[in-house]
Amino acid sequence: MRALNRKLFRDLSTLKGQVAAIGVVIAAGVMTLIVFMTTLDSLTLTKDRFYRDFQFADVFADLKRAPNSVGERLREVSGVNHVETRVHAPIRMEVPDFGDPVRGRLISLPDGRQPNVNRLYVREGALPEPGRPDQVAVNEVFAEAHDLGVGDCLTVIIRGSMETLAIAGIVLSPEFVYQLGPADLFPDYERYGVLWMNERALANAYGMDGAFNNVVLTLQAGVVPGPVIDSLDQILAPYGGIGAYGREDQMSHRFVSDELDQVRAMATILPAIFLGVAAFLLHVLMGRIIRTQREQVAVLKAFGYTNGEIAFHYALLTGVIVLLGSVLGILLGAWAADGLARIYMEYFRFPEIGFRVRGWVIGLAVAVAGGSAFFGAFAAVRGAVKLPPAEAMRPPAPERFHRGLLERSPLWRFIGQPTRIILRNLSRHRMKSALSVSGIALSGALLLVGSYQFNAVDHMIDIQYRLIQRMDVHLTFTDPTPERSIGELRHQPGVRYAEGYRSVPVRLVNRGASYQTSILGIEGDSSLRGLIDRRHRPVALPPEGMLMTDYLADYLGVFPGDQVEVEVLEGHRRTVSVPLAGTVDEPIGVSAYMDRRALNRLMREGPALSGAWLLTERREERALYGELWRMSRIASIGLIRDAESNIREHMEETVLAFMAVALLLACSIAFGVIYNNARIALAERMRELATLRVLGFSRGEVAWILIGEIALLTVIAIPLGWVLGTLFAWSLSYAMSVDMFRIPFIVTTWTYAFSAAGVLVASFLSVLLMVRRIRKLDMVSALKTGE
Amino acid sequence: MTSEPEITSHVSERREEVFRTEGLTKVYVMGEVTIHALRGVNMALYAGELTVLLGASGCGKSTLLNILGGLDVATGGTVRYRGRDLTRAGERELTRYRRYEVGFVFQLYNMIPSLTARENVAIVTEIAREPMTPEEALALVGLDDRMDHFPSQLSGGQQQRVAIARAIAKRPAVLLCDEPTGALDSKTSVGVLQAIENINRELGTTTGLITHNEVIGEMADRVIRMSDGKVAEEHRNPSRRPPAELSW
Ligand SMILES: Nc1ncnc2c1ncn2[C@@H]1O[C@H](COP(=O)(O)OP(=O)(O)OP(=O)(O)O)[C@@H](O)[C@H]1O
Ligand SMILES: [Mg+2]
Repeated sequence: MRALNRKLFRDLSTLKGQVAAIGVVIAAGVMTLIVFMTTLDSLTLTKDRFYRDFQFADVFADLKRAPNSVGERLREVSGVNHVETRVHAPIRMEVPDFGDPVRGRLISLPDGRQPNVNRLYVREGALPEPGRPDQVAVNEVFAEAHDLGVGDCLTVIIRGSMETLAIAGIVLSPEFVYQLGPADLFPDYERYGVLWMNERALANAYGMDGAFNNVVLTLQAGVVPGPVIDSLDQILAPYGGIGAYGREDQMSHRFVSDELDQVRAMATILPAIFLGVAAFLLHVLMGRIIRTQREQVAVLKAFGYTNGEIAFHYALLTGVIVLLGSVLGILLGAWAADGLARIYMEYFRFPEIGFRVRGWVIGLAVAVAGGSAFFGAFAAVRGAVKLPPAEAMRPPAPERFHRGLLERSPLWRFIGQPTRIILRNLSRHRMKSALSVSGIALSGALLLVGSYQFNAVDHMIDIQYRLIQRMDVHLTFTDPTPERSIGELRHQPGVRYAEGYRSVPVRLVNRGASYQTSILGIEGDSSLRGLIDRRHRPVALPPEGMLMTDYLADYLGVFPGDQVEVEVLEGHRRTVSVPLAGTVDEPIGVSAYMDRRALNRLMREGPALSGAWLLTERREERALYGELWRMSRIASIGLIRDAESNIREHMEETVLAFMAVALLLACSIAFGVIYNNARIALAERMRELATLRVLGFSRGEVAWILIGEIALLTVIAIPLGWVLGTLFAWSLSYAMSVDMFRIPFIVTTWTYAFSAAGVLVASFLSVLLMVRRIRKLDMVSALKTGE
Repeated sequence: MTSEPEITSHVSERREEVFRTEGLTKVYVMGEVTIHALRGVNMALYAGELTVLLGASGCGKSTLLNILGGLDVATGGTVRYRGRDLTRAGERELTRYRRYEVGFVFQLYNMIPSLTARENVAIVTEIAREPMTPEEALALVGLDDRMDHFPSQLSGGQQQRVAIARAIAKRPAVLLCDEPTGALDSKTSVGVLQAIENINRELGTTTGLITHNEVIGEMADRVIRMSDGKVAEEHRNPSRRPPAELSW
């Protein structure tokens, strides 16, 4: 079979443009599969290992204050493995050379030992020495954000008193893989930090001697958290427990698992799209290669090559393309997975992320690529095998013409010969034209999928910060506070407007489903917190009843008019039933809303506030923060304006980093497909074009036949690409919507324009390359070796 | 019209029948149109003979040769090859038949453009039983100096000679040539015909050759004239004229 193999390699080198184009598409599929599978695999393994080795808690609970003796009762709850009772203290910090307010949390460590639950990984230095009241361990992200090292000092304000603490160690905790402030939606490593300190010293400073206000515990193997949570709630209720919760509701864990869900969705959908397109292209390419080689196939058959040998030959041709694409895809995939690792290292703090492309992932990727190539090429190869040799020996049966509608119309007379050739070619080869249009449309669709998220994310952030969270500063109070504190806030420097809110932690229950969140009580005429519907129109807050995000309503399976069971997790814990008055459409977060006064009534309290929102003058910010610091009632200060830039940065670095890769791939594929298409059109027309040149047509006229054809197909393909792309984008959005973000399914005009422009540019470049070939068209040899 | 069985008995006295067709028909159906390319052909080719098939364009010569060569199957009638019924042969048997018994030369050369002259021959010798080397075969058609040229670098006559080398390299039992000189000038044609005649004479290969050039009929042992899908006339030349003496 040596001569046949030589034919294979010569064919491959003549078709190198097309081979490269398809190779790139296959590489894209293999790459996305490898990147996302590797990410999913490594992240899951790393997370599981960290959780296991560092005893990540299964159940968490906050309370007001309980004597340490209560800890013993918790240890006796059946199913519990280890329990750590801790002191949690909200703090403010002063960081040298950083003017903005910095909030944080101090967590107690058992004196002189690692805790049994939520152990710390010491990256640098050591845990505070036993008995030392002036040492802390600092979470790595915070230390990095302020360039703090072991030995540096921090000024920390605990319950109004200032302490200077030395950093003994830089640490990581399974509890804060993703470090997020209590009211934040996005991490802000500069303005929020978690610190650990010896228990006795912290209890002393926070007024918690002999007591605790936070519990974390692990469960024995195979125990479900539900009953333990109930027991915990019962035991802690007299001590101001606000509801124990399992890992599922733990912030850091939830973000990590949301992220994993998103990665899983991308690992399924993106390779499916890319490899689907690759299979389609292979189908078209192999079909066309074999069609142009039908005479050669016939000769081989005439000389007694068996069907098996011929099928093997073309299968090998396909196989080589798949192999090239796979190798490229594996290399790119390994490279991109590494880049992704760096992004994750930034946001998810694990002791190390073991990004390693595993054998089975490569195997899977190559198998999927090979499989889709097989499906793509199968029909074409079978066609080659079926070709009876005598049939193929003749030039293809004379093509039959029908005078179509256009040709019978009076318009036809005004169409020049070359244009007539275009129109006849297209209508005669309807199937072929349809395949070309589909190929171009698919590349347009990929461009759309690759780019729509950029706009959708922008749009989401705009909605969140223009229509929903319109405040500049978000304050939380240490305890529910009377309404008149608003008046006081209005008089602070730079405050243009202030508005109070009430926020109550609750568990919402409907039949089997439950969700732990909070009900936000908003003023009926709020001008700082918007509630909007799907079309961004304001939703009026009902005087009674509750609104919730439609994502949450969906999750709980409730509809407007239904009663929702509300377990209040604060103060006098009760369960009440509240009607769902309607839903709101918010891209970020999962909350429920009520009129503030109605919420006060539900809580059986006077007109109390949990915090306030401010509109401020930027110029007077510094002075304002200084004043706010001094108010002991204020537990935290959140700068929403800064949050907006944080979220943009966050989205750019995570979601959009993926999409940038996908977009890059989409661009190369689009070009590959369109170039491929033009190249085939040229190959098929070579003889015809040479003949026309011989008959005296100019280069321009001859080129027009090809260009016109490509242009016409492109124009037809663009809207089809929009439709397909919208479909792809929708499925991606649907698969990627998780608790925290639901990137809205919005395809903007800009995105459609981008998709169209991408296709047009690729067509233009391809045409340019074709024109160069036409210019060099050697009439004699084109006529001599009819393809 | 001469009665065919008579002719058959007359010639079979001397020669062994390699091919024998009886009532061979071939119908092409193209939508509403049916074309009767062969309408009951009775003919034979004899061992070691060179037979020329003559006839006007479209009379069914290529169709007949394709069926004899196992490239196509008849609609009706029978074809026997050394007593084997080709019309009953399956795909696998026909492939083996083409692989080991038949050498084919096509009207349009049908080179593999991506392979050199030598490789175009090698592609056949590699799957044959006791082939010549590609070099030997190309030497037989006088192309030993063009072995590493691609088809596009060869003239039409040279390509046709490569095609002949390719057909004879496996030392086939039969050589079937479909208008090997159709596209060539008379001088080049003579060269190609000489190559065919050489092989027929020296290897004793049973040869069928299609042409619509009457003059070429003079180099044959026998001439079969076809018209409108049937054998119209058949005669034996008293002696074969060497191709070099032919001119047109
Ligand atoms: N695949 C086909 N489909 C339909 N009709 C066909 C097909 N092949 C051949 N024919 C018809 O069958 C008839 C015989 O064709 P064939 O090719 O055998 O003629 P020929 O004698 O070889 O002519 P020429 O000298 O021009 O090569 C012709 O009328 C031709 O149009
Ligand atoms: Mg013919």
